[in-house]
Amino acid sequence: MKSAGSQPTASPIGENAPRIDARQKVTGAAVFADDIQFGDSLLHARIKRSPHPHALIRKIDTARARALPGVKSVVTGEDFPGHIGLYLQDRYIFCRDRVRYIGDPVAGVAAISEEIAQKALDLIDVDYELLEPVLDPELGIRPNAALLHPDLGQYVVANFIFPKPGTNISNHFKIRRGDVDSAWGQCAAVVERKYRIPHIQHVPIEPHVAVAKVEESGEITLWGSSQSPFAQRNLIAQSMGISQSRVRVIAPLVGGGFGSKAGVSMEALVVAIATKVRGRAVKLLLTREEEFYTAFVRQGLVAHFKMGCDAKGRLLAMENIFYWDGGAYTEYGVNVTRAAGYSSSGPYEVPNMKTDSYCVYTNHPVGGPMRGFGMPEMHAGLEQCIDELALQVGMDAVEFRRLNCLKTGSTLVTGSKMHPTGLPICIEKTAEAIGWGKKAPPSAPNKRRGKGLALMWKAPAMPPNAGSSAWVELAEDGTVTVGVGGQELGQGVFTVAAQMAAAALGVPYESVRIATPVDTRYSPYEWQTVASRLTWSMGNAIVNAAKDAKRQILGTVAEAWGETPEDLEIVQGVVISYKSEKEIPLKNLAIYGLPKPNDQGWRGGPVIGRGNFMPTYVTGLDPETGQGERAVVHYTTGAQAVELEVDLDTGRIEILRGVSAFDVGKAINPGLVEAQMEGGFVQGMSSALFESLNLKDGVVRSPSFVDYRIATTADAPKDLQAIIVEVAQDDGPWGARGIGEHSMVPTIPAIANAIYDAVGVRLEGPPFTAEKVYLAMLEAGIVK
Amino acid sequence: MALHEIHVTINDEPEQVAVPANMTLMRMLREKLALTGTKNGCSAGECGACTVLLNGEPVNSCMVLAVECDGARIVTVEGLADEQRLAPIQETILSEGGVQCGFCTPGILISAHALLQRNPNPGEDEIREALVGNLCRCTGYVRIIESVKEAAKMQSLAG
Repeated sequence: MKSAGSQPTASPIGENAPRIDARQKVTGAAVFADDIQFGDSLLHARIKRSPHPHALIRKIDTARARALPGVKSVVTGEDFPGHIGLYLQDRYIFCRDRVRYIGDPVAGVAAISEEIAQKALDLIDVDYELLEPVLDPELGIRPNAALLHPDLGQYVVANFIFPKPGTNISNHFKIRRGDVDSAWGQCAAVVERKYRIPHIQHVPIEPHVAVAKVEESGEITLWGSSQSPFAQRNLIAQSMGISQSRVRVIAPLVGGGFGSKAGVSMEALVVAIATKVRGRAVKLLLTREEEFYTAFVRQGLVAHFKMGCDAKGRLLAMENIFYWDGGAYTEYGVNVTRAAGYSSSGPYEVPNMKTDSYCVYTNHPVGGPMRGFGMPEMHAGLEQCIDELALQVGMDAVEFRRLNCLKTGSTLVTGSKMHPTGLPICIEKTAEAIGWGKKAPPSAPNKRRGKGLALMWKAPAMPPNAGSSAWVELAEDGTVTVGVGGQELGQGVFTVAAQMAAAALGVPYESVRIATPVDTRYSPYEWQTVASRLTWSMGNAIVNAAKDAKRQILGTVAEAWGETPEDLEIVQGVVISYKSEKEIPLKNLAIYGLPKPNDQGWRGGPVIGRGNFMPTYVTGLDPETGQGERAVVHYTTGAQAVELEVDLDTGRIEILRGVSAFDVGKAINPGLVEAQMEGGFVQGMSSALFESLNLKDGVVRSPSFVDYRIATTADAPKDLQAIIVEVAQDDGPWGARGIGEHSMVPTIPAIANAIYDAVGVRLEGPPFTAEKVYLAMLEAGIVK
Repeated sequence: MALHEIHVTINDEPEQVAVPANMTLMRMLREKLALTGTKNGCSAGECGACTVLLNGEPVNSCMVLAVECDGARIVTVEGLADEQRLAPIQETILSEGGVQCGFCTPGILISAHALLQRNPNPGEDEIREALVGNLCRCTGYVRIIESVKEAAKMQSLAG
């Protein structure tokens, strides 16, 4: 883990600086939202939820619940008429007229104990009129399907999302590029496939938890496990019709998010309940069962791919249709379907493209952001088709990718040009590390061994005006405190933030601390901790803030020394002059400034630098063609390869080796980058082999760790390799791009391709459970 | 609900706690004693985040009633370090980079510590088996497993 050589370097960039948050996490001292002590006055909330996938609410009777001793607050949708949502405001906080999934909140209770709150739920009577549910996106798009949102045309919506009122389509993203129809005739090989990617869940080990307190004045404080304190402030205030500055969100360390704690999900419920019991804190902690289907889930996908290439293997055309099973509300999920649309070529140059990406309302749990934001689902099928196409045209799958993958300057599916990219290097390194083309014998006669490889690309998916800000402040001892609004979810962003501030200011890493917890009252604004955007976007803001502080410091010293700031530098916390060779430690001037000669007063003063960043260069896309100048800030690209064994007797798959290579532009902290690659690989592997919410008639049939298995120590590959590729990004700090999500994007198809290599079968979709693999082998006549 | 007085030794400190009969050990630690290092991940004995040592054995504290612990010795993550000196597994999980979000970490540390106490030199398969009940969603486990190996080395050097 330690980098070579132990000489102290001037810059901590590229060093494996120790995690700033780790020591508190190994001693039990780290504070997560559920650890905050509120004393005996704390009330406990529980939520009454719909047992039906689709129904009208005729009547809710809460009288018996209100009469139960110990119950302090009972609320329903009647009290909260405002809509809520990130890109499309299609939700109420509590259902008002209709329920749209099993688990939809219809009433909330706060009581002096969880037990009493739970008992009160049973005393709430809801009279429903059952409606036909929509349980499949392809059926939901048909004109005769039951309509989930008759008011779709009235909802507030972002200008890059295109709902179709009168249907269940909440977004339709289109790519029209070149001439697909006439391209098929020139193709030597064409592959046409359909894949079905099931709903899964993020499964943070820390369940969602939020505590709300409403003061007599109406001011709201919300403590929560949150990736999005500022978005929560904004959306909750909007929905409740109050000003944003009257909502304060305090967000301690997050025990895993993966997107599930972005935007607003259960937080608005507890705020609503707390409005009826002013002055008392109310806590809502989701049970593990609720966690599985009442916050966000990863939406399902039915994907149709058609792609073709010429006799030399050059990709000529792709025609893709995505039906996203967006669930009951798609306020956040609509942008997943947009991202999948503008990335629908995969990391390839394809001259003729036609894509239709439909976000479809269904009576399923609410689809939302999850690590990869549509990319793992889309790449799952796309990267298998690429293998099949290569096979058809008689080319090696890696050679085919080498030929067609995006290179610097390639034309993208949206018409813009690819920025500098290390994708070709990622392919070479991955293929080399896995020993591509070499087949090792299986470990036992009843096993078959195979290798598979897949590529990926992903851009941060966000509105064009998602901003970051930061401040940098010096204390008397020269210690630097950095204010950020981005969140530590485990990815290590506080550590990277401190490294970047230290490097940009010129102080040792050890003398930087991060102002925590994030608190919307004191912390600088950050849109959300999502989209693998913090190292890049918040990093740019931190650099700007540090430069601002440095400008102030050098200005003061230059004046005092009668020199120009250009001759001064800050090195290891000391201001030095290259000209006069004078020096002064920061602590000697950080707060009180410097005295003028002869007791003629002082100059300088407390140093506080500020900086912000917004990618003002992002442009829109034409709604009919999906073409535009610069749809996104940049793409992180990469490749993964696996070697696995299939057990012919059981169908069980064992992943023997995994290799990842990603172009991160610049690894600010290589150890943390490698950790993201490893963790993402195993999460991707888990989704490939084990995970599905197993929906039937709108019921999630696997809402526990017994029924919904995630990877354990028994499953993690013994050999996991992470390769960092660095081709600098023009708009990133030190050239850095994000890596948080990307590492689980190509894992499903890499494993699927390896299964095919081993036994020659392909499945319609994950999870590739032993049972499904065995049955597929049986059908193919591989086993009898 | 009637309260029951119990006496327990937690991290070498004697404690006297009044608990209702249905209170779990996990809730007693977190709510009565503010020992919030022990985490609540599922309340169903499935994720391992609430693992503590009960008379030397790792248990899911959400599956044990507090009243059953009368007279017991309990070690939580807060009790692993000796004054300011971290236990070997705490040191090595830091140096190996086995911590990300940190929510599963207390349970992992307790399970690993218990393993190293009963088996100072565990093999890779034994480490994986000992930690199979501790779910982690961030790290992919590889660095956690490495940190147990490194802690074993550190202990044998010290011992």
